[in-house]
Amino acid sequence: MGNYIINHLRELESEAIFVIREIAAQFENPVLLFSGGKDSILLTYLAKKAFYPAKIPFPLIHVDTGHNFPETIAFRDALVEKLGVKLIVGSVQDAIDKGRVKEETGADASRNALQIVSLLDTLEAHKVDAAMGGARRDEEKARAKERFFSHRDEFGQWDPKNQRPELWNLFNGRKNYGEHFRVFPISNWTEMDVWEYIKLENIELPSLYFSHQRDCVVRDGVILANSEYIKLKPGEEVVNMTIRYRTCGDMPITGAVVSDADNLTKIIEEIATTRTTERGGRADDKRAETAMEDRKKQGYF
Amino acid sequence: MDYHNTELLRFTTAGSVDDGKSTLIGRLLYDSKSIFQDQLDAVEESSKNKGFDYVDLSLLTDGLKSEREQGITIDVAYRYFATPKRKFIVADTPGHIQYTRNMVTGASTANLAIILIDARKGMLEQTHRHSFIASLLRIPHAIVCINKMDLVDYSEKVYDNIVADFKAFSSKLDIGDIQFIPISALNGDNVVNKSENMDWYKGSTMMYHLETVHISSDYNHIDCRFPIQSVIRPHTLNNQDFRGFAGRIDGGVFKPGDKVKTLPSGFVSTIKTIELSGEKIEEAFAPMSVTMTLDDEIDISRGDMIVRENNVPQVGQDLDILVTWMNDKPLRSRTKVIAKHTTNECMAMVKALKYKVDINTLHRIEDIDSLEMNDIGRITLRTSKPLFYDTYKRNRQTGSLIIIDEQTNETIGAGMII
Repeated sequence: MGNYIINHLRELESEAIFVIREIAAQFENPVLLFSGGKDSILLTYLAKKAFYPAKIPFPLIHVDTGHNFPETIAFRDALVEKLGVKLIVGSVQDAIDKGRVKEETGADASRNALQIVSLLDTLEAHKVDAAMGGARRDEEKARAKERFFSHRDEFGQWDPKNQRPELWNLFNGRKNYGEHFRVFPISNWTEMDVWEYIKLENIELPSLYFSHQRDCVVRDGVILANSEYIKLKPGEEVVNMTIRYRTCGDMPITGAVVSDADNLTKIIEEIATTRTTERGGRADDKRAETAMEDRKKQGYF
Repeated sequence: MDYHNTELLRFTTAGSVDDGKSTLIGRLLYDSKSIFQDQLDAVEESSKNKGFDYVDLSLLTDGLKSEREQGITIDVAYRYFATPKRKFIVADTPGHIQYTRNMVTGASTANLAIILIDARKGMLEQTHRHSFIASLLRIPHAIVCINKMDLVDYSEKVYDNIVADFKAFSSKLDIGDIQFIPISALNGDNVVNKSENMDWYKGSTMMYHLETVHISSDYNHIDCRFPIQSVIRPHTLNNQDFRGFAGRIDGGVFKPGDKVKTLPSGFVSTIKTIELSGEKIEEAFAPMSVTMTLDDEIDISRGDMIVRENNVPQVGQDLDILVTWMNDKPLRSRTKVIAKHTTNECMAMVKALKYKVDINTLHRIEDIDSLEMNDIGRITLRTSKPLFYDTYKRNRQTGSLIIIDEQTNETIGAGMII
């Protein structure tokens, strides 16, 4: 008998495709939450593979905070066009204008937490029963205990103490009226796996991920892009730096790293030697030791 | 580092609060340089706040707020680390009796189990429990770590006695491959680096064993099983006639040109292509996700199974299963439930409760009228339609099922077909 082994990237790919196909089969109105970051780009790519030669049989949802990098939006629109898939945009600006949420004030103001309301509103408006996302368990300690199929109650909340056991490859997507699921097909991928796979499959990414020159502000040790959404504090100055991003969130909160890695090989080398996690640059996680867990319980993605 | 030739090894750890499980995982992550500086900073800060005079590596793995408050691990947490040889996924589960369901969950996908024994205490009830669950879930490999060797003066005699005790006990179990290793997770002896305190131990370190244990035959590559997840019909001008069957291989090796049989219809056809995203695949085996096309137009849908003509699974509605009960509401005879098996789902009824197993002594307790949360017992289940299955011993995928509550839709039981 031959040596029937597939390498770990193919095994992770196979697992993710299995989960994506389960979502399409088990739910009536699934969607893919598209943030514009590399993980949701990867997820979209895997969804395309899962159903080829058919098109992706569910829409992408993007919650637009209004504070996105312009590169992210341009990339999103081009991708949607190429795949021939439907795009639904949920707008945080709309929610603010309608008085559904109140904008934070002050120099550290962020729309990150406001996304929760827009996201839940958008899911409800489209009667979404399964929202899949590109979250990974290695990202953050609260996510390490997340299931592939994560049940949300009728208020969109996550109850970490009452999660369904998940055994073998049997995913239970049954639910009661009004409840929905978050599903995470790339749960088991690490940051390194994502980059290795992107290189292996030559997946196109926004230019933000590669080294470029940008005007920045350094705040509390985090390198932030200077933009109309950021107010300078006394003593802060704008510096032109050679940077790239490891994650892509909102402009005012996503930290960059100083880097001259301008291609995938260099990025992988950089990650192999790097000493901080990718969320280490996220100002939103630094608010409390359990910031992510608290937001997730409320329905954060 | 050639990252593309690395295999994935999934292992599970079970242990209680005191036997150093979290410290061991912290040590593996730390010594394999899988911990980032900001994570380490956070842990050092927490250790300092708690008044510890050492860095408590166990804090790396205790995730949720309530766990950190109580100092215990209450759910399955997944950890990741990699070495140049392999990539590892750790299912970290608590070891108390009330967490049997978590241990079973973690064990269901594992290639290997790590069983921890405190060298000062030797075999405890919970060692029996962990070993029994590893055996029940048919984890192919086990490493028995005799931990805290530093606290017994690295004594060979202590180690030998525990190994002898374990062997006597495990002769009643069914674990194929057991490796014993004396370690100190706190100091790092024999975890990643060879111990300088135990010259008498000639075996390999834990990490070496994790990196080299042979896992390619952990899947069944003999009996061809392909449960259908969905049918891909593009309805586009270029692909008007395309009809692909999407799914993940659960056993055997499929090749284009193979004669296959579809269940339940019994129709026979030939595999035209096996592909993924348009790329042709010469040989497909577990656990690959693929799309298969056949020479003939046959009506196949989700829940059906493609197999080889001369090697079919069992087909039936009356199943004998070993079940782990996972819900507060006890299981009683005549209960109606939903059974989920491969890509099939159907109504089912519990016909009889035969016995439950005392998971500490392995004794059978007969004449029972319910199975409580965390009980493991044998039941018979009658399904509303025929399932295509193998015994769990033969195939962990086609031999397993979950039981779902009709009303709440919760997963309430894990079943292994006998």
